[in-house]
Amino acid sequence: MDTFDALAHGMAVAMQPMNLLYALIGVFLGTAVGVLPGIGPALTVALLLPVTYKLDPGGSLIMFAGIYYGGMYGGSTTAILINTPGESASMATALEGNKMAKAGRGGPALATSAIGSFVAGTIATIGLAFLAPWLVDFAVRFGPEDYFALMCVAFVTVSATFGDSPVRGLTSLFIGLTLGLVGIDKLTGQARLAFGIPELLDGVEVTTLAVGLFAVGEALYVASRRHHAEEKLEPVRGSLWMTREDWRRSWKPWLRGTLFGFPIGALPAGGAEIPTFLSYSTERRLTKHPEEFGKGAIEGVAGPEAANNASAAGTLVPLLTLGLPTSATAAMMLAGFQQYGLNPGPLLFAERPDLVWGLIASLFIANGMLLVLNLPLVGLWVRLLAIPQAWLYAGILVFATMGTIAAKPSVVELSMLAAFGVMGFLMRRFDFPIAPVVIGLILGPIAESQLRRALAISLGDPMVLLQSPMSATLLGVALIALLAPFVLRGLGRFKANED
Amino acid sequence: MTPDTASDNLARTPARRVDRAGIAIAAALAVLAAVLVWDASKLPATTMYGMGPEAMPIVIAVGLVVLAVGNLIDALRGKLPPRESMDPKPVWLIIGGLALLIAIIGLGGGFILATSALFVTTSAAFGRRAVLADTAIALVISTLIYLAFDKLLTLSLPTGPLERLL
Repeated sequence: MDTFDALAHGMAVAMQPMNLLYALIGVFLGTAVGVLPGIGPALTVALLLPVTYKLDPGGSLIMFAGIYYGGMYGGSTTAILINTPGESASMATALEGNKMAKAGRGGPALATSAIGSFVAGTIATIGLAFLAPWLVDFAVRFGPEDYFALMCVAFVTVSATFGDSPVRGLTSLFIGLTLGLVGIDKLTGQARLAFGIPELLDGVEVTTLAVGLFAVGEALYVASRRHHAEEKLEPVRGSLWMTREDWRRSWKPWLRGTLFGFPIGALPAGGAEIPTFLSYSTERRLTKHPEEFGKGAIEGVAGPEAANNASAAGTLVPLLTLGLPTSATAAMMLAGFQQYGLNPGPLLFAERPDLVWGLIASLFIANGMLLVLNLPLVGLWVRLLAIPQAWLYAGILVFATMGTIAAKPSVVELSMLAAFGVMGFLMRRFDFPIAPVVIGLILGPIAESQLRRALAISLGDPMVLLQSPMSATLLGVALIALLAPFVLRGLGRFKANED
Repeated sequence: MTPDTASDNLARTPARRVDRAGIAIAAALAVLAAVLVWDASKLPATTMYGMGPEAMPIVIAVGLVVLAVGNLIDALRGKLPPRESMDPKPVWLIIGGLALLIAIIGLGGGFILATSALFVTTSAAFGRRAVLADTAIALVISTLIYLAFDKLLTLSLPTGPLERLL
């Protein structure tokens, strides 16, 4: 099927009144939850998963698209108005955006980030629509060994290559892989790491892990350091609208940010951190107003926000075409698919084109809705931000435990939620990244079954991994990506010694 | 990755001390690896081609041991990132709230009482002193959530004495 036909068909699905309503609810809930400080898009999706339990898969995925983009918009509002980026991808936005808000230019900062997100999201979604069928054609030829190798690349890039410390990143990943082992082995029916507890036979729920690590962990962490300065909410003063000058200074950073964000997001390189900081430093170098940087330059908000949104759409490329999540948010989206027994990948494109293309089409619609909704409703979002911290976190925890209680009201499941919360707290305190745990849990079992399938086909010969050119190349890439940070750091130390 | 990590590195104190927490983390990873090996050793051997269910736990256990060594080296060199001072009291309050929630659910006290207990302890952890007012707020909010999700979205939430009155 031609991309245009497919997309038109998807639009027809997404434009059904019921689906439009789901998209609207998703966008609204996503922004409302995403705007709360400390809640990034991944947690937004995790918290709102139970809300979609009872919907049909189509409507639920469309609501998801709205929640996803809504959470991103909400996150940047928080970053600008109280300088608490919910996740690292909004950090670059907070740098200049919060300065703009302090200088009484919060309105234009919110506007440039909303319009920039719209522009970037739209371009990147077009990119997704055209890249996806091509990648699907490519991916149908993948054997299990190729999938396994691809997942190795994702594991390494997500945890080791781009973090602060490869050792701590890999530690997080291996904790996630360990959690992924819990439960009944699908191929043989043997129970692993269940310790005779029946609830553990089903394995660890991704939502329990994500909500525990992100929501409970964050609440514990913020509570433990409340005696440090409390965040201050910047009121939105003056006009919301951008001046002609603001537009003139914003449009190029939007486009450049998109160019950074989409390809890096689409590669299994993980996270929007890199493109947002690349965009920030590029804008800083190219600006005609270098004196404003650090004091609230609009380019420094426009570029990174566009990069952030473009890379979010980019991560949907490997997610939808290969079933490969490369960010915590994408992992949560995958969990959303899995709750309906759907596995994203080339097969889903062939079997349920209405679902996949309906989802892609509703990304466009969600984006448009956000642009229309967000600026007029900014007053409402600001009021949400003004909820006293004590009630805010109490409410977050009630909502977080509610999701688990609704899914599995058992003492074991709730104890796991609490344990993951403590783990999330300790990981924040000792600076271990959290996304690799979630990705390890969700991808680990898939990687294992692909590897075992490959070895079963080859009658146990491990050389099958190197005989397929695709898998050999990917494993080589994974090895280089694993060793690169250690080698580079060695070089850095060598240089430092010379000084 | 903030632009000022470079200055952080410069500001790092020259006196590197052994980090006890880091050693504890390394030890925990080693224990986890041991648990994996112990659990895998109890799996009955299979005769199928390729990998059995016990292979992957062993691979992951080996990885955990390597990472335990890596974390240990970082800890001995005192290379863990700097930590800010923390106040343990609110952390224990919230953990106590979670324990209370689990106990109430486990004993059949129902959703409203359980989440209200968590709400009150959490808001106390964040410095609120008006326990009675917060309890009232918590009861109202959790009742509303219960009604919205149980009646509108037909999710089944655990019922206790309060829910049966609704």
